Amino acid sequence: MPITRDEVAHLARLSRIALSDAELDHLAPQLDQIITAVAQVQEVAADGIPPTSHATGLTNVYRDDVPRPCLSPAEALAGAPAVEQQRFRVPRILAEE
Amino acid sequence: MELTRMTAAELSAALTAGQVSATEVTQAHLDRIAAVDERVHAFLHVAADSALAQAAAVDERRRTGAPLGPLAGVPVAVKDVFTTAGLPTTCGSRILDGWHPPYDATITQRLKQAGAIIIGKTNMDEFAMGSSTENSAFGPSHNPWDLDRIPGGSSGGSAAAVAAYEAPLAIGTDTGGSIRQPAAVCGIVGTKPTYGGSSRYGVVAFASSLDTPGPFGRTVLDTALLHEAISGYDPMDSTSIDAPVPPVLAAARQADVSGMRIGVVTELGGEGYQPGVLSRFAEAVELLESLGAKVTEVSCPHFKYALPAYYLIAPSEASSNLARFDAMRYGLRVGDDGRRDAEEVMALTREQGFGAEVKRRIILGAYALSSGYYDAYYGKAQQVRTLIIRDFDAAFSQVDVLVSPSTPTTAFGIGERADNPMAMYLADLCTIPSDLAGNAAISVPCGLAPEDGLPVGLQVMAPALADDRLYRVAAAAEAALVGQWGQPLLAGAKGLS
Repeated sequence: MPITRDEVAHLARLSRIALSDAELDHLAPQLDQIITAVAQVQEVAADGIPPTSHATGLTNVYRDDVPRPCLSPAEALAGAPAVEQQRFRVPRILAEE
Repeated sequence: MELTRMTAAELSAALTAGQVSATEVTQAHLDRIAAVDERVHAFLHVAADSALAQAAAVDERRRTGAPLGPLAGVPVAVKDVFTTAGLPTTCGSRILDGWHPPYDATITQRLKQAGAIIIGKTNMDEFAMGSSTENSAFGPSHNPWDLDRIPGGSSGGSAAAVAAYEAPLAIGTDTGGSIRQPAAVCGIVGTKPTYGGSSRYGVVAFASSLDTPGPFGRTVLDTALLHEAISGYDPMDSTSIDAPVPPVLAAARQADVSGMRIGVVTELGGEGYQPGVLSRFAEAVELLESLGAKVTEVSCPHFKYALPAYYLIAPSEASSNLARFDAMRYGLRVGDDGRRDAEEVMALTREQGFGAEVKRRIILGAYALSSGYYDAYYGKAQQVRTLIIRDFDAAFSQVDVLVSPSTPTTAFGIGERADNPMAMYLADLCTIPSDLAGNAAISVPCGLAPEDGLPVGLQVMAPALADDRLYRVAAAAEAALVGQWGQPLLAGAKGLS
């Protein structure tokens, strides 16, 4: 059994997904089955084989550092769940003293 | 002839000749959508007002003799993963329900520059994760061959729209097969271009090293027309390839395989494949041989590890990409009651905003990337990716293109695999290798499986930036097959009659 219910709960917390107990009961065995299947990659003799992260072979692509038009504050904030004084209003991010 | 039954090439010719207006063409397709989409559910948003405004602008330009793009007046349906200024973009997810992006994707811009009419946004598996559209938060799309069956996915809405004559053309994205698999099971043509050949700017990211926008059409020529219109270098995408667009349209017109070397991939067939899929595929290969191609069998020994490698790489990238849905700057926010802190609000929002498959993949990706497991899972999958690329390199040193069935089975029933992730993942068995290698591949209809009367796709794979070879082979096969059938395959689709 490569992954336990507790590990799934831990990963969900790290991923900021508030899974219910019922969902955990459902997802944990499915993830266990999936991980068992994908672990097949470990059968492949790959010693000394370089990893591929993407297939184009491009590295360090930068654009020229020149000013160009961008979104206005109103456009940038148009989809925001909450706005205050032309800023994104967010729930508190620090615990109170 | 009924406007919705015409191909994009035919519509374009009729528009150019002044036999029909862009407004009439657009209205005919909007009427078709109104008549059938309640049953097909290909669209999440029908852009009637903006489509008619675009059509009126095309008609006005034609009246005044202003220059017009190659798709002027031709409707195109766009997968709801591309940003469209002025139209919603949901990616099939509750977390983006109601979001209006502030800018156009490069593909959206290029469609507009080509004069295409954006007729609506199509349904998809949430964040492009799935093979059936059943993972859409807004309900599944239905296959026009049989409304109780899936239209494939994740670009299932785009494929269904084209197969149901709601649009002659559509745009999708292919990360593990999300264009070719729906094209195959809906009996239409779909291409995954070379990775980097079509821009990802404004495509909501699923797996950035794999996501590839591409075209759907009812004919190979139409698909090539759209392929050419959307492709080419884009400085806004750092993985875009700065090279000329392969001559796909000329290749589709050439439609000639004489002297071409075609390799049948040994590993993509046999056990687990539906017999009718294998028999139609074998007949298509014989047909290509009869048209002058030299057919050999080619082994790609690491392809059997492509599926497991993909289901480590794609979820790993997804777990990182989907971190942006944090309820702070746009999209859904749940539980912001003044007492909960930001992390609690994030966790509640992501719990309610994401569906089961997205959660599965985020957690799977987080696992594969976590310290202690990284080397055994993600690292190993990246090495397998190298070996798959080497298999392709070795194969393409012997043959010009590779062929296989596009999918192991025809369209399965809605609900059949909905809660069995591993069974669902098998739908992409044949398509994943080309995504991992970043090369080009197409699916073209090659007949109906005798046991269920549903479409079978022939997949053709070509080296990166040799996308034109796909169209040579697919167009040659299409011409010969339609000759045998006496009509296009899709004429036999009875789901809506």
